[in-house]
Order: sequence, then C-alpha cells, then structure tokens
Amino acid sequence: MGVADMGADSLELYGVELSSRLLAGTAQYPSPAILSRAIAAAKAEVVTVSLRRESGGSRAGEHFWSLIRELGVRVLPNTAGCRSVKEAVTTAEMAREVFDTPWIKLEVIGEEDSLQPDVFGLVEAASILTREGFQVFPYTTEDLVAAEKLIGAGCEVLMPWGSPIGSGRGLNNPYALKSLRAHFPSVPLIIDAGIGAPSHAAAAMEMGFDAVLSNTAIAKAGDPVRMARAFALAVEAGRIGYRADLMQARDMAAPSTPVIGRAFGDLARA
Amino acid sequence: MHIHVNGKALEVAAPTLGALLRELDYDDGAIATALNQNFVRKTDRSKTPLKEGDAVEILVPRQGG
Repeated sequence: MGVADMGADSLELYGVELSSRLLAGTAQYPSPAILSRAIAAAKAEVVTVSLRRESGGSRAGEHFWSLIRELGVRVLPNTAGCRSVKEAVTTAEMAREVFDTPWIKLEVIGEEDSLQPDVFGLVEAASILTREGFQVFPYTTEDLVAAEKLIGAGCEVLMPWGSPIGSGRGLNNPYALKSLRAHFPSVPLIIDAGIGAPSHAAAAMEMGFDAVLSNTAIAKAGDPVRMARAFALAVEAGRIGYRADLMQARDMAAPSTPVIGRAFGDLARA
Repeated sequence: MHIHVNGKALEVAAPTLGALLRELDYDDGAIATALNQNFVRKTDRSKTPLKEGDAVEILVPRQGG
C-alpha cells in the first residue's frame, strides 16, 4: 500500500507539489547507468547537482546534464564547497543560468573537518539571493536562532544537517532536531547530510521531518539501486508512522496481553 | 595577455570573454562564466573585455550532493 492510499500527503516546496519525500544526490555513483537506475528506484522527484570546472572540449558536463534531463526530475543545484558569501552568491547566479531554475541549495561552509555550515554567512547569502529572486534551500545546522534568521531572510524551506556531510552517522542531535521541528511546525524541514542507513531516514521521518536528502549512503552502498529502494521504503514507512501518531515511550514494562483471565492467576507465587 | 582560467595561468589572444570561450574550444552549451568572481551572463560574454591578470571561471554541470 502506498502513501497515496493513506490519504493525500504531498510535499510542497516553494509552491511545487511533490509526491516523493526522498530527495537524492547524484554524486559518487559507480557509473551513470547505476545513477539512473538508483534515482528511478528511489522514486526521487528532486535531485541535487553542482557546477564544476571542466577543460574545453571535454563535454563531460554536457553528457551529465543530458543524463539528468532524461530522468525527467526536477534539479536542485547546490553551492557545495563555497567558503564565502561572495563565492556562494556567484555560484548560485551561475547555476540559475545553466540549470534554468530559481531553486538553490545554499551551502556556505565554515569549518573544514566537519564541513559545518557558516550560519552567519548563510543568512547573509540567503538574504542577497532571495532579493535576487532565488528560492533558497539553506543547508544549516539544528540551531533555532539561525533557522529563525534564515526564515526572516526569505527562506521558505530549511535543510538542517543530521550529522556532518558524508559521515553516515545519522541523527547526531535528536533533541535539538525535535526542538527545531516543534519550533517551526509549518516550515518544510528536510534532513540533509549525515544519513547513513535507511533506518536513519525512517527515524527522521518519524520525528516529523518533511523529507530526507540522501546521496553518499545510496551511492556508496554495495548495491546502490537496491539501497535506493530501501531508502524509498524507509522514508515512506517513517512518514506513515509519523502520521499514524506514534505511541509514547515509557520507562517501565506494560503487558500487551490482557492480564485478566490469565491461567493460574489466582495461585500464590512460590 | 596573461590571465587565469579555472585556476590555470594561460596566455591568450582573445579580447573578450566570448572570444576566449571560442579560443579554448568550449561550445555554447551548458556552461556558466564568471570574471574576477562576478557572474557574467551568457548574453554579456561577447561584450565583456578581458585584461591582463583577469581570473576567469568556466563551469559546467556536474554531479552534486
């Protein structure tokens, strides 16, 4: 049974309605063919792409872009690797022309070891890009104040990290992520980065996050196509579980089988 | 004229950014350009002059996360 059978549950990002809540990265796949099959298996409707240098005459960029267009998915260009507001803004402007979309996954990296977002630069860049007509998807931390300022800068979607990019550590700070979800109940929140396993994705969805973006966990799996399918199922299961309203955890046991009517219940325990 | 293209030092004859792309064998497809960290629109390349010491970035679509 798919989500469609459980009542309408589409995701809306900047006015675009999506049925899939799994966004997929396109990097690090063993081959273009496996990338194509994995995106199909993930049922992703949005994929992330980037801009990079290329030698004249190579045409690798043109081939990659043709492949993505054939998939019929919406692209979310990123500013991956940018270390300053200026770099990020210029990269976003270049991406808008090439990919012909106002969407931009805004990354301003502030620290090398963790690739942690520079939230100060992020807010400044988001403000500039929003004024230029971009629809900004900021890659941020779980910081509530940074989130508030990003929304104030015009962001209608936030992409908090689960854990550092490519680490596969899952949700490092569940308490803060739950706080973020509770603080912004109506802002689409997409967990981006650090997801290493389908169970991490399901946990994020059970927490009430609106979607998950996964790249490395799928691309670097032994079988990326099968892993893409696993992620699609995990995201769907987590979402349905969230909508079904999870039970409250308890500290003590509570018997699930009825106690009344238990045989030998009237005998004193030895 | 000595300039930097994608981080590499080059000696080029092209007087404009548009001419540079032709000189370096880029076709007119999916590329984006910047001059000294400022975005240059496709429609502005042929009227964007180059000068000694300029830094040009020529970027193309690539895989991303």
